[in-house]
Amino acid sequence: MKVNGKEYKFEENISIASLLENMGVKKEVVVVEVNLEIIENEVYDNYLLNEDDVVEVIRFVGGG
Amino acid sequence: MIIYINEVKTEINHECTLYELRDKYKKDADILILNGYPIKKDSHINNFDKITFIKKGEKPKYEELESLMVSRHTPNIHNMLKSSCVAILGLGGLGSNIATSLARIGVGHLILADFDIVEPSNLNRQQYYTSDIGKYKTEALNNHIKHINPFIKVTMVNKLINSFNLHEFNDCKIIIEALDNPNYKAEIANSVLLRMRDKYLISSSGMAGFYDSNIIKTRKIRDKFYICGDETNEAKEGDGLMAPRVSICANHMANLATRIIVGDEI
Repeated sequence: MKVNGKEYKFEENISIASLLENMGVKKEVVVVEVNLEIIENEVYDNYLLNEDDVVEVIRFVGGG
Repeated sequence: MIIYINEVKTEINHECTLYELRDKYKKDADILILNGYPIKKDSHINNFDKITFIKKGEKPKYEELESLMVSRHTPNIHNMLKSSCVAILGLGGLGSNIATSLARIGVGHLILADFDIVEPSNLNRQQYYTSDIGKYKTEALNNHIKHINPFIKVTMVNKLINSFNLHEFNDCKIIIEALDNPNYKAEIANSVLLRMRDKYLISSSGMAGFYDSNIIKTRKIRDKFYICGDETNEAKEGDGLMAPRVSICANHMANLATRIIVGDEI
């Protein structure tokens, strides 16, 4: 699986929510794109990733 | 030959130079602008040239003001900017600087959204004055913009912006997210990307402190979606937002909006 342009060790049945947890990123501060599609944050828990998915996690930091 | 003198279409029947025109139309002018650029020596005039004569220190009449103000804008570019609409969500260090730059460059319609009022701790980085303290940020900025360029249309939205009221910005082509809280930044980005797909979205992330200016970037994430900032340095205790770096990021965003409007960024 590819995450933010890098190879990521794929785990069977990994959801977007678990991926974010593994990365140490809060799900409230991200935009997640899987194979160029933006994924609704409500479905992060149930959305299971595939081994050939290309995932982008865009994380926002505070300040403005 | 058709030329424009202080925006007035003028027909001249013979070849002439800039200095000859000045002597005829405004003898005491000391600033001569030809097609958006100030000219220091005499020059030939061509068909469709835009010429502005200004007498320094002379207060122009309101009717004349707009044409004199646009004289340093590149012709054609200005028309595109004037007919465009940009929404700015959040009027803090980013939003107040973005609004000021876009007003100066002549974006015709600005929608300014913020629920908050100006307070003393804003003034270290935001484009407000001590005399603005206690005013809504929307009203204070609207006031400044009227002084910068009274021909710009400003719509004020005194609300906390979230995914439920984003439809108020349906009229704009470009939405600029200049909020502080990362949860709101993500909420706005997700909502615009999923439900307002015709919009350009310019988001912000990472501009605190006084780190290297050159790590602040404009990054295209996907079609019509960009992030400006270093994407790392968040505002936190011991690492606050500071005027120079916040305005660097703000003007990355304002310049990107300009590039989108004139069609250089697709």
